Amino acid sequence: MELGVHGRPSPGVTRDQGLEMYRQMLRIRLFEEQVNELYTGGKMPGLAHLYIGEEAVAVGICQALRRDDYITSTHRGHGHCLAKGAAPDRMFAELLGKAAGYCRGKGGSMHIADPETGNLGANAIVGGSTGIAAGAALSAKMRATDQVAVCFFGDGALNQGLLYEAMNMASLWKLPVIYVCEHNRFGEYTAASEVTAGDPKARPAAWGVSTEEVDGQDVRAVHAAALPAVERARRGEGPAFLICHTYRFRGHHVGDINRASYRAAEEEQAWTHDRDPVRLLGLWLIQQRMADAAALERIEDGARTEIEAGVAFALQAPYPDPSEVTEDVYA
Amino acid sequence: MREVTFGQAIREALAEEMRRDPRVFIVGEDVAEAGTVFKVLSGLVDEFGRERVIDSPISEAGITGIGVGAAMTGMRPVIDIMFGDFLTLAMDQIANQAAKVHYMSGGKLRAPLVVRTTMGATRRSAAQHSQSLYAWVAHVPGLKVALPSTPADAKGLLKTAIRDDNPVVFFEDKMMYSLRGPVPDGDHTVPFGVADIKRPGTDVTIVATSSMVHTALQAARLLEEDGISAEIVDPRTLLPLDGETIIASVRKTGRAIVVDEGYQQYGVTAEIASLIADGAFDYLDAPVKRLGAMNVPVPFSPVLEDLTVPTPEAVAALAKALCGQG
Ligand SMILES: Cc1ncc(C[n+]2csc(CCOP(=O)(O)OP(=O)(O)O)c2C)c(N)n1
Repeated sequence: MELGVHGRPSPGVTRDQGLEMYRQMLRIRLFEEQVNELYTGGKMPGLAHLYIGEEAVAVGICQALRRDDYITSTHRGHGHCLAKGAAPDRMFAELLGKAAGYCRGKGGSMHIADPETGNLGANAIVGGSTGIAAGAALSAKMRATDQVAVCFFGDGALNQGLLYEAMNMASLWKLPVIYVCEHNRFGEYTAASEVTAGDPKARPAAWGVSTEEVDGQDVRAVHAAALPAVERARRGEGPAFLICHTYRFRGHHVGDINRASYRAAEEEQAWTHDRDPVRLLGLWLIQQRMADAAALERIEDGARTEIEAGVAFALQAPYPDPSEVTEDVYA
Repeated sequence: MREVTFGQAIREALAEEMRRDPRVFIVGEDVAEAGTVFKVLSGLVDEFGRERVIDSPISEAGITGIGVGAAMTGMRPVIDIMFGDFLTLAMDQIANQAAKVHYMSGGKLRAPLVVRTTMGATRRSAAQHSQSLYAWVAHVPGLKVALPSTPADAKGLLKTAIRDDNPVVFFEDKMMYSLRGPVPDGDHTVPFGVADIKRPGTDVTIVATSSMVHTALQAARLLEEDGISAEIVDPRTLLPLDGETIIASVRKTGRAIVVDEGYQQYGVTAEIASLIADGAFDYLDAPVKRLGAMNVPVPFSPVLEDLTVPTPEAVAALAKALCGQG
């Protein structure tokens, strides 16, 4: 069984960077576990797509970005929002449809946007933001701000035509956009291998876009791939395309409990036991003597406190006033 | 009569048509083993195999285009577009290709394809998964548009759609899949362009589509308590539209309300209201009223989302006002 991409030595990060990445990944993990509880407890309306298992991608990428850099996100977007700097309390509020949420309760889980942290929005249309990210990059270039835009998307979006239209222009016009494919092997209940022909790397390569494939469970590897891509884009040298091999530990959404029809329990076991990105980074930090178990526990306690406070805030927050239903249709 | 759910009725229609006609096949995202996210197609792949129940990439434009081409060359494809909101991605193939090919070829080519998709709010799915976009489709000549409201209509209309030589876009309200109702045995088909009186009445006509038929039926029960008798007319297909039945009903009752879950602005309700004004003006005791979804993107928050869709109470209140009891 192939578990991501191996063989490439994981590059080092400093102690502070390593601990910060660990903290960020844990925040996402704990956030998502709370989402699971809220949802199964009947407190969260709509749909919940958990990011558990994929934390290293959002964190490895976003740690290479400035606050004013842009991201676009997906239906599985909580991790991207958090990694880019969103606060859990307002995110939970949004997930519960409360007025204090990032989108005043109008967006919900699949549409969280936070312009203050450069988040142009999660998107519930698969591939829907591949043009938006290129447009943000064009705008950054025209305004000469040296910002970059990162487009997170799943392997399922590899088969939407818009991606290729946008990437063509991004390459032609040397736009500072980085396409980050979170290759978690499944689109809903269908394996990527059944719907994606050829080598996905060859597609951006054909457009002359710099392309790399990394182990998405190794946050240091993701980060090491992101840094030069971001720097190149910032220098005006054009787009990049990163394929991060990862795995969705849970179902397509919270209600997807019985997964036997599309993937083996042993496969899930292998990934969750051997390829948990949070555990892998923790082990590495300990091996490098950058942290001991107690230090990691303190980080976890801090993250837990923040997440629990966020949930409490959101549960208490009021719903929007009915009059808000017609607000914001036009600017 | 046998009672089955709306979802089962759809599945039966597809299975029967696939058995009857080897040219019929299904393409869409997660349609095979998964049986779609709504489980409507569960089991079809077991009977017909992966050659005829085909899992596609997430490529709405691509699969619709492939459907058009297959239809033009002798097959009878049924394309599954998971949410009606994603019709936007397939719209070039539907509006510019499928809808036009017969006309542009001077009648030489045809595209007998069915695009099945879903519609409707109130699932807390937010603005990109809740729209009822059939007015977009019904705007384009060359297409047919079906909007079943009961299991029997779902089965009968889908069978008719598959046998039709034209492209048909078929909208299923995702809140109705578990709705049970009687379905006639045998080869039950429902013709296009024939409205159905879902409830006879004498004081006011309520023309309602898809799930709004049930909203209107509830409104009729509320109105009954006030001594108002509402007649409910379900067009069942928007293209072709059965103007005659609608007009005859309004001529009888003298009052009309059109209720629909598409955005009200420039929508289906306007078309039908205009048809009534044209055909029954001299019989009207009051202006024709319409009630569609609010002209806002569907909000996520349950407290806001519920405001955007017509409710039985709102329909009843409008009817009472029309009947001079408001
Ligand atoms: C245009 C469009 N088609 C279909 C869907 C339904 N849908 C939602 S998520 C999903 C699978 C996405 O898979 P992938 O891009 O690999 O992301 P992942 O869920 O694995 O993170 C599909 C088909 C959608 N939201 N948008």
